[in-house]
Amino acid sequence: MSTYPLLSFAIWIPIVAGLVVLATGSDRNAPLARMLALFGSIAAFLVTIPLWTGFDIANGGMQFVELKTWIPRFNINYHLGVDGISMLFVVLNAFITIIVVAAGWEVIQNKVAQYNAAFLIMSGLMNGIFTSLDGVLFYVFFEASLIPLYLIIGVWGGPNRVYAAFKFFLYTLFGSLLFLLALMYLFIQSGGSFSILEWHKLPIALGAQIWLFLAFMIAFAVKVPMWPVHTWLPDAHVEAPTGGSIVLAAIALKLGAYGFLRFSLPILPDASHELSGLVVALSLIAVVYIGFVALVQEDMKKLVAYSSIAHMGFVTLGFFMFSPMGVEGALVQMVSHGFVSGAMFFCIGVMYDRVHSRQIADYGGVVNKMPKFAALFMLFTMANAGLPATSGFVGEFMVILGAVKFNFWVAFAAASAMIIGAAYSLWMYKRVIFGDVANHHVEELSDINKREFAILGVLAIATLWMGLYPQPFTEVMHASVTDLLRHVAISKIQ
Amino acid sequence: MFDNFVVPDLLPAAPELFLAAMALVILMIDLLVKDSRRTVTFVLAQLTLIGCALIQFSTSTGEITYTFSNMFVDDLMSDLLKLFLYMTVLIVLFYSRGYIIEREAMNKGEYYVLALFATLGMMVMISANHFLTIYMGLELLSLSLYAMVAMNRESVVSTEAAMKYFVLGALASGLLLYGMSMIYGATGTLEITGVAERLYGGGVNKSVLVFGLVFLVSGLAFKLGVVPFHMWIPDVYHGAPTSVTLFIGSAPKLAAFAIVMRLLVNGLITMAQDWQTMLIILAVLSMAIGNLAAIAQTNLKRMLAYSAISHMGFMLLGITTGVVSGDARYALNAYSSAMFYVIAYVLTSTASFGMILLMSRAGFEADNLDDFKGLNKRSPWFAGVMLMIMFSMAGVPFFIGFFAKFSVLQAVVAAGYMWLAIVAVLFSLIGAFYYLRVVKLMYFDAPLDETPIQAGMDMRILLSANGLAIGLLGVFPQVIMSLCAYALLRSL
Repeated sequence: MSTYPLLSFAIWIPIVAGLVVLATGSDRNAPLARMLALFGSIAAFLVTIPLWTGFDIANGGMQFVELKTWIPRFNINYHLGVDGISMLFVVLNAFITIIVVAAGWEVIQNKVAQYNAAFLIMSGLMNGIFTSLDGVLFYVFFEASLIPLYLIIGVWGGPNRVYAAFKFFLYTLFGSLLFLLALMYLFIQSGGSFSILEWHKLPIALGAQIWLFLAFMIAFAVKVPMWPVHTWLPDAHVEAPTGGSIVLAAIALKLGAYGFLRFSLPILPDASHELSGLVVALSLIAVVYIGFVALVQEDMKKLVAYSSIAHMGFVTLGFFMFSPMGVEGALVQMVSHGFVSGAMFFCIGVMYDRVHSRQIADYGGVVNKMPKFAALFMLFTMANAGLPATSGFVGEFMVILGAVKFNFWVAFAAASAMIIGAAYSLWMYKRVIFGDVANHHVEELSDINKREFAILGVLAIATLWMGLYPQPFTEVMHASVTDLLRHVAISKIQ
Repeated sequence: MFDNFVVPDLLPAAPELFLAAMALVILMIDLLVKDSRRTVTFVLAQLTLIGCALIQFSTSTGEITYTFSNMFVDDLMSDLLKLFLYMTVLIVLFYSRGYIIEREAMNKGEYYVLALFATLGMMVMISANHFLTIYMGLELLSLSLYAMVAMNRESVVSTEAAMKYFVLGALASGLLLYGMSMIYGATGTLEITGVAERLYGGGVNKSVLVFGLVFLVSGLAFKLGVVPFHMWIPDVYHGAPTSVTLFIGSAPKLAAFAIVMRLLVNGLITMAQDWQTMLIILAVLSMAIGNLAAIAQTNLKRMLAYSAISHMGFMLLGITTGVVSGDARYALNAYSSAMFYVIAYVLTSTASFGMILLMSRAGFEADNLDDFKGLNKRSPWFAGVMLMIMFSMAGVPFFIGFFAKFSVLQAVVAAGYMWLAIVAVLFSLIGAFYYLRVVKLMYFDAPLDETPIQAGMDMRILLSANGLAIGLLGVFPQVIMSLCAYALLRSL
């Protein structure tokens, strides 16, 4: 175990780096701002590596714990720690931040310092969410992370960005305010503690559990997003700049799912069992119905956004199977989706930067002009469709296996979604990449440059690695998931 | 012949006496100062406030001390509120200075002297233990403010605002006085602690008392500016010169909180069941009307006026949850959260009007929402400061406004009023919309005019510090939270 406060570093290094980048000021210093941002994001990533290498896989409890009093008036503590469930997301988040900084390197020419600073600060805040073990600390990070994303969508987004930014902010705020009241209720019930780990042990009557579950669920379902509160996501994705879409899909969507695992399941086990049917039903609707919605999209970004909702449906489905296979599969799916959806949005960004259109109809025959790009894009499309040997397969397959034990028809519906997934992914790919060169925009396309190749290459390695050898990912989560499920199996009603 | 005359203990009232004397001295000195050397008056006024703070520090005993035949009380709550009051007025005068120098009609020594008298009025209100003391303080404050609103004589809007303020303010004072007289009729005393004792003793005519209470609460609601007694707020905030709006929108909230505490908590705590119900209605209405009406505004001052209404409503929530079915267990938690809320609000509101002053220049008032368009292009730093102010008002962490809302909501939930907490957060959500809109104007839109900001360096530094305080106190709110809790623990 390291003696350094690694988790604090993981949170505060990007935030401080963000403030430093912000201080470079106007666009005259843009090259400096970019270099500083890259340096900061790499430094932030490096400090998270010891979290993985130093992680004790036999220990299902919290590791790298830091505990300091913050606001004694309400017994609020600066309490950090990671277990097998949250550790990977901290690393993933730090990794994606580097990708995002690199992705905006040439594309963003306007308010460069603010752009990079917003992403760095956002990255730190999201690490805070994944590592908080205090309810209020979690909430504070959870809500504060809305500010940078609101600005990212609103300042650097597309034509309809204002609408999207407001919708995003107010939707998420609505969910989290009820969540805040639920936290206060738990504070009072537990006799004055905001510690999440103590809440795990707190007995609560079933009626109260149901109410709390619903309050939690609204907050997390909006973030995931689950059907029917998903409508903010396509708008936000379409209008956000490429970097914003990557962060949104790769990390921000994981916050809601993570919340289910950290709050809903262990604090409210009885309500979770009681209402699992509801969650499973909503997840299946997301998987099947949203899959069909994705099929008919004409805007590539919208298509990938809807496919994200469908993929996140697998995640919530896996959680509420209450089996190790289901939960681990869902977690693998979350990490995998981080790589794959990030890469998909980057690919669309690459084409958008050249043609300034996201409409599928504006493309065709791209392979003739961008062979290297087409090959990599192919890999990610396959991963998005859940092809074996890519990371997308592992998670979905595990969830479906878990579902078979739970209920055959649930598994059947979930499995059918893999076909829909293949359909919308490959059909889009076919229309955009193959065929004859469709118009003069495509004619003028130039293949990806070294920077773009490097970004896609790194993501491709990650996708294949997870697909071929998922062991390093699953072994860290195993002990924690087992602990969690043992916990969920015990009733809290007294 | 003078057998009955006892020289009162002047020490507890030393800051008030000092301020009264200095205000008169400054008035005299100012007669000898030319318009161009008005800085002398300004500096003297600031030194007076600092002097008051020092006296407050050195004379504070931490005990509850009554003086002037129990008409005046000095306790930790009043000490703390007064210290924040001096600080607020100091900042307000600082922000105002550049603004009034550019407007000839206002660049008079009277501006500072009236501000000092208003401050004196607030101090008296904060330390009042007698209906007449409260009334005296209130009138001193109000009359000074009426004059300040009307100071820009050439402006028709300001004059109209002053008239409205005066008429409605007089009505409110009438209501308050009528309520006080009823309570006097029922209890036979004007002393607040005396009223409390009589009520404990029992045998008081309840119907007369409740009748008086209704008027008392109405009068207080007028002064706080909560629905349905809020009509004057938007007009006065809008019509008054911005530097005066800044004054009205900040420090008097502290004093209004203090008289609510004195009258309702110190005096009529046994009637808590009755006035809490009234306050809940006022609070919910204020949050509803304040937040909804703010959305429709195009003028920033008006928008902030409606936002003030909703914030005062939110603060009242804290006061309504002190006594739960006769159990005063939650009182300290509830009242200290309300106190923290007021202090946090005053800090934020000062900065928000400070921003308008910063952007204004001779002959131009930056009080339309559109004047903030594209501020991020003109001055990224102050756009950042305004961003912090707006998110703090919306109650988003890491800003002090979040913890203010947090502490009040926590008190509401602890008292078991879950439905009230849900109503409160839903209206906060609506409120978030118009604060976000200001951020949108600054960051997402292109500027309407590219004129650089002309405010002086002192103003820039102080406003930046004010903005940073909103952020820093949002990360470390413990200090002020526990100060409030401790002060009330020693005062109740």
